[in-house]
Amino acid sequence: MIRDYTLESTTDSIPQVGQAAKSAFANRAPIVNDFSITVATKNGSGSQTSNAVLLRALFKMGIPVSGKNIFPSNIQGRPTWYTIRLSKDGYIARRETTEIMIVLNPETALEDHQNTAPGGVFMYADDITLPARRSDLHYYPIPVKELARTYEADPKLRTYVANMVYVGAIAQLLGIDLNEIEAALKFHFKGKTKPVESNMQVVRAAAAWAAEHLVKTDPYHVVRMDKTRGLIMIDGNTAAALGAIYGGVSFVAWYPITPATSLADALNEYLPKLRIDPETGAPTYAVIQAEDELAALGMVLGAGWAGARAMTSTSGPGISLMAEFTGLGYFAEIPAVIWDIQRVGPATGLPTRVSQGDIIAVYWLGHGDTKHPVLLPGSVYECFEFGWRAFDLAERLQTPIFVLSDLDLGMNQWMSRPFDYPEEPMDRGKVLTAEQVNATKGFARYKDVDGDGIGWRTLPATDSPFAAYFTRGSGHNERALLSERPEDWENNMDRLARKFETARKLMPRPVIELTDGAEVGIIGFGSTDPAIQEARAMLAARGIPTSYLRLRALPMNDDVTMFLAGHQRIYVVEMNSDAQLCQLVRLHSPKDATKVRPANHSDGLPLTADWVYQEILYQETRY
Amino acid sequence: MITNGTLTGNGTAAKPTFPAKPSVNIIGLTKSDYKGLESTLCNGCGHDSISSQIITACYELGLKPERIVKFSGIGCSSKSPAYFLSRSFGFNALHGRMPSVAQGALMANHTLLGLGVSGDGDTGSIGLGQFMHLIRRNLRMVYIIENNGVYGLTKGQFSATADIGQELKYAGRNEFPPIDLCRAAIIADCGFVARSFAGDPKQVIALLKAAFSHRGTAVIDIISPCVTFNNRDDSTKSYSWGRAHDERVNDFGFVMSQEEIIVDYAEGETKEVELFDGSKIVLKKLDSSHDPTDKQAALRLLTKAHDEQLFVTGLLYINGDRPNLAETYGLVKPLASYQQDKLRPSRESLQKIMAGMF
Repeated sequence: MIRDYTLESTTDSIPQVGQAAKSAFANRAPIVNDFSITVATKNGSGSQTSNAVLLRALFKMGIPVSGKNIFPSNIQGRPTWYTIRLSKDGYIARRETTEIMIVLNPETALEDHQNTAPGGVFMYADDITLPARRSDLHYYPIPVKELARTYEADPKLRTYVANMVYVGAIAQLLGIDLNEIEAALKFHFKGKTKPVESNMQVVRAAAAWAAEHLVKTDPYHVVRMDKTRGLIMIDGNTAAALGAIYGGVSFVAWYPITPATSLADALNEYLPKLRIDPETGAPTYAVIQAEDELAALGMVLGAGWAGARAMTSTSGPGISLMAEFTGLGYFAEIPAVIWDIQRVGPATGLPTRVSQGDIIAVYWLGHGDTKHPVLLPGSVYECFEFGWRAFDLAERLQTPIFVLSDLDLGMNQWMSRPFDYPEEPMDRGKVLTAEQVNATKGFARYKDVDGDGIGWRTLPATDSPFAAYFTRGSGHNERALLSERPEDWENNMDRLARKFETARKLMPRPVIELTDGAEVGIIGFGSTDPAIQEARAMLAARGIPTSYLRLRALPMNDDVTMFLAGHQRIYVVEMNSDAQLCQLVRLHSPKDATKVRPANHSDGLPLTADWVYQEILYQETRY
Repeated sequence: MITNGTLTGNGTAAKPTFPAKPSVNIIGLTKSDYKGLESTLCNGCGHDSISSQIITACYELGLKPERIVKFSGIGCSSKSPAYFLSRSFGFNALHGRMPSVAQGALMANHTLLGLGVSGDGDTGSIGLGQFMHLIRRNLRMVYIIENNGVYGLTKGQFSATADIGQELKYAGRNEFPPIDLCRAAIIADCGFVARSFAGDPKQVIALLKAAFSHRGTAVIDIISPCVTFNNRDDSTKSYSWGRAHDERVNDFGFVMSQEEIIVDYAEGETKEVELFDGSKIVLKKLDSSHDPTDKQAALRLLTKAHDEQLFVTGLLYINGDRPNLAETYGLVKPLASYQQDKLRPSRESLQKIMAGMF
């Protein structure tokens, strides 16, 4: 039944399971810190805690890890998978295959059984019946229900702590340090002793059971490393919220939507701790849950107009609802920050899965001639940095700024270097005081005084009879007066175009890695960075060296033009069905358009290095 | 020498001729300091009459124009904030979305006085959701609906407040009952609900003055006949109908907190209600026994009037107990007034968070 993979050699550092371990390993080389673990459960069963604890324990053992939650649009009872990748080489993109499959959900057991990599581990609750076993897997049935009974505190919570059973069993099987599991539990429960103890009780019982009853036949091992020292682990939405808070956000309006909700949650968690005025004890912020996304952006524009640093966070459907207000914000020239945590569209699409399908929508959101600066964070570190920088850009440029994240970056845990405190003072943009207005003969809100397309604005409450103006979405002249004169309209739009050129200069430049002699260039953005990096190493090993430009903002600048000019074939890697960034790149530099090739894919799951590698290899060898 | 615009031939000043000293209000401003641009609405439009009453009310209250912020949506009514209070900031928002913009702006600076002007299409159709949620959150602002039951700018379609069975040249017959925005406001827990008629400046001014002193959202639905598209005698939003079917539920005087003079209310029963800022309104009951602090009575009155196609004017419901949005959020200084020292937490705080990130 159990295939006799045997171990060729063992080292002292590899912990062993069970008495019979040595003989069973005779012919198989150990695989250390380089595989994926997938846990298949039902959502709402409490497996999030177990998975987070496993991930953190591995991270604390110094092993580079990533965790991806593949969950349903549902509250309870639908299949959920959580995949942890361990990579001694530091590659953290999702992988196509999983070697260690832990199955607690009978509904998906068959499918999960088929999807386990050859030679892999199939650990499962022993009340799940499998029709036939594969000859190429290692099977470990676990008496989950029995072991969960060791949890004495509250019988009602047994299903919940059942998840701790697999944590204990897999820890024992792979060699995950139980002390790190305990430390992770302490972090998770914010130091509350009781839940930590009762969960550890189950973990220890399961580990002891596994030590006694399981004969390890598989080659997978976890061994302590030193590759995560000094790093933190955080999700992009929390990083974004912290960035916004250090960027001085003082007004937030939002409407619940997956996968953006946790950004507002993080704001609500950290704002009360960080942003109370010590003089008055009053909050220096307000967070309003609006009646819909339309109202959310309306409130944000009202607040930005009145001088507060204002933001909203949403996802695709919310972006659609915000279209009209975004156009107003662009035309009336009001600072605003809009986070789009992308999920899969069109329509309701796949609300709990990832895509990069909004890039064209946000870039040109609104009717008529509209265009917006868009920030494209590629890591949780940049979620923090762009979190504060977005406000400086919005107030400097007096326009809505989009920040395009996605479900994978926003909701999953990522390793990162600690965030750096913003060293630049806040840029509050061109705002006239009452004295300046009084001294300015004939204040004109939309006059291009400085030649950068950006006018000077006044804020409501400015104590001068000459400060007020009437903000409107209808045609206006430099003095903000209603105008339907053709020349006024055209002059205003020309100035907005000049302002967009100013934006082009102010937005973060791309990160470029040039490889000598590379004919192939890759352009990507956002959460696909790890997959692209890993694919580049695979391509290089295959004799295809590549250069890489990671776009960090729209509009694109000359760096992109030069990158295109410097390469023969440029692949634009992105997660959408219409190759949207590829189209934008071609538009940016039409003379290079024929060199630019799409490498786009969208199935709702985070992009893998395998896919990027295969796609580019295929196009390279075929064309 | 230039004196009063004239240059005298011999270089000596002629006796200057000053115009009669204009009267000023309590803060030393003249009425023209409250004026706006010339209206572009149709001659005789009820909206222009309301604009005049806004100017008078703000002037007489001695409100500083710089402390007032005007908001509007889209439509004839929403154009009107350009025609009063030029020294006040204004924001002409999207169709039906003025409430959200006002909430953002007045939360960014809750010390400003908000004055919103909307129409029946803007509030009753496209903006009904935002209207209800604004009231629910109780943002402190005066919310005027200039209600004519018809879409003017798009040439005469029925709005959601049009009478059932009404016929218009363009739109034909209206088959649906009107939404009564005053009843809607009460249902959303509005603490100040009034109805008036554009052709009744005295009542409009009195209601406006009281509304400015209200703690939260103050809704005034003003029947404002459209002289171009909806002024047929059988429309409840026409001048003739208004004059014939206007049933006053009360008459009242507004007393600023700094004023001592109380209008003479010798006749009839009076009821004094203290407002948010300490000022008072004195309600004088006329033929009706309506008690404006009784929510059920207000709903009954409005429902009866709705069924009878009458409109009752006056202060229909008042209750200042509910905290406004800024109070609920505990705001002290305007959010927009904070600078980097208060907006950016310390370097140490970030280090602490990073250290706690595991």
